[in-house]
Amino acid sequence: MEHSNKYIFIYSVIMVVVVAVSLTIVAVQLKPAQEDNIRIEKMQNILASVNISTAEVQKKQVIDVYNKYIVSAEAVNIKGDVVESDQAKVFAIDMGSEIKKPIEDQRLPLFKATLDNGDIALIIPLRGKGLWGPVWGYISLKTDYNTVVGTIFDHKAETPGLGAEINQDWFTAPFKGKTLFSENGTFTSIQIVKGGAADDDPHGVDAISGGTITSKGVEKMIYDNLLSYQEYFKKMNNQ
Amino acid sequence: MSDSNTKAEKEPMFSAKVLKLLKNPLNLENPITVQVLGICSALAVTVQMKPAIVMALSVTIVTAFSNLIISSLRNTIPSRIRIIVQLVVVAALVIIVDQLLKAYVYDVSKKLSVFVGLIITNCILMGRLEAYAMGNKPWPSFVDGIGNGLGYGLILVLVAFFRELLGSGKIYGMKVIPQALYDSGYMDNGLMILPPMALITIGIIIWVQRSKTTELQED
Repeated sequence: MEHSNKYIFIYSVIMVVVVAVSLTIVAVQLKPAQEDNIRIEKMQNILASVNISTAEVQKKQVIDVYNKYIVSAEAVNIKGDVVESDQAKVFAIDMGSEIKKPIEDQRLPLFKATLDNGDIALIIPLRGKGLWGPVWGYISLKTDYNTVVGTIFDHKAETPGLGAEINQDWFTAPFKGKTLFSENGTFTSIQIVKGGAADDDPHGVDAISGGTITSKGVEKMIYDNLLSYQEYFKKMNNQ
Repeated sequence: MSDSNTKAEKEPMFSAKVLKLLKNPLNLENPITVQVLGICSALAVTVQMKPAIVMALSVTIVTAFSNLIISSLRNTIPSRIRIIVQLVVVAALVIIVDQLLKAYVYDVSKKLSVFVGLIITNCILMGRLEAYAMGNKPWPSFVDGIGNGLGYGLILVLVAFFRELLGSGKIYGMKVIPQALYDSGYMDNGLMILPPMALITIGIIIWVQRSKTTELQED
């Protein structure tokens, strides 16, 4: 069947309009549910960095668990002054866009959690580059601003089985109990050691074989992000 | 589906011909093992069973409904732009499925990542639209879509079963290989998690299928 150009033109216009309208309706309808998922995932990650697993918890209850443990949140600047203390606003800070700003304009979020044993842990979001795309995560510290309580990492597109292993327990577990400062007080961060860290190394963990660039990326991410908080740590330690 | 006599039509809803549309793609005309279509996603999403099942369902839904829509419109579609029309319908359905997955099964949607979007380029879809839906009535086209989606899904789930079992010792996320076996020296085969083993698994499935099915054997 041969159709005129006019028919084809009108046909295409109607088709495109119908499809566009229906896709818009679907997108608008589903947006709240999708945003909830992203928020809940962020809460799960923050909780996981202080070793609270929410894998068995129903999605809706994650929010309750989060509110139970995470008591406050604030954002500081590079000088260590608090610039934002509204918990909801701090939670909404997007690290991806924040690290693109000049360092003196960056808002540096931190969350405080009260653990089951009464300890306070400080949770700091991390954002950096892996091999193929962004890597991110959270690291939690004790109130000595030195000892690591726990970490969690995730990635966008690292190589499966190699760099992608950074989100596995075997990689994150050794971070627990490591320290960020050497005995004379210099900031050493945590080294991810190719070939494996010595068992008694207080600042080193094992790297991933075949995932060197991702491992280096995670190491640099931890160093860079924590470096920005140095003034805040000093202030807190002097109090 | 056994309500074959619920609707009175000239031709029964589930006549032998229609049933054949459902059954053939499972074996004799299987999209993956016989027509060798949709291999790319079959390699990528078969590490675990859960994403494989979701992917299979998504493809089934998209093939069924794009077949239905294209078949209903087939007499109005100008032949000069028919491929564009088919693509627009498929793309719209895929975006809707992707949005639904993001809203209701977020963790699975993260695992499937780009592969849901790539359903658009899955040859099974365009193949069925061109070969079947453009020339047949909506109902048989719909069934044909379901049949081909299931045929694709069957292989996907089968491959995922072996890869998850041998690669991580689990079935549908549950540990099935007893700890005692690991203690006595058994190890998960890490190679099963990587794409090459998916190709080899599909190869073995094709081999078994051809040796069992005389219709598929070539001289």
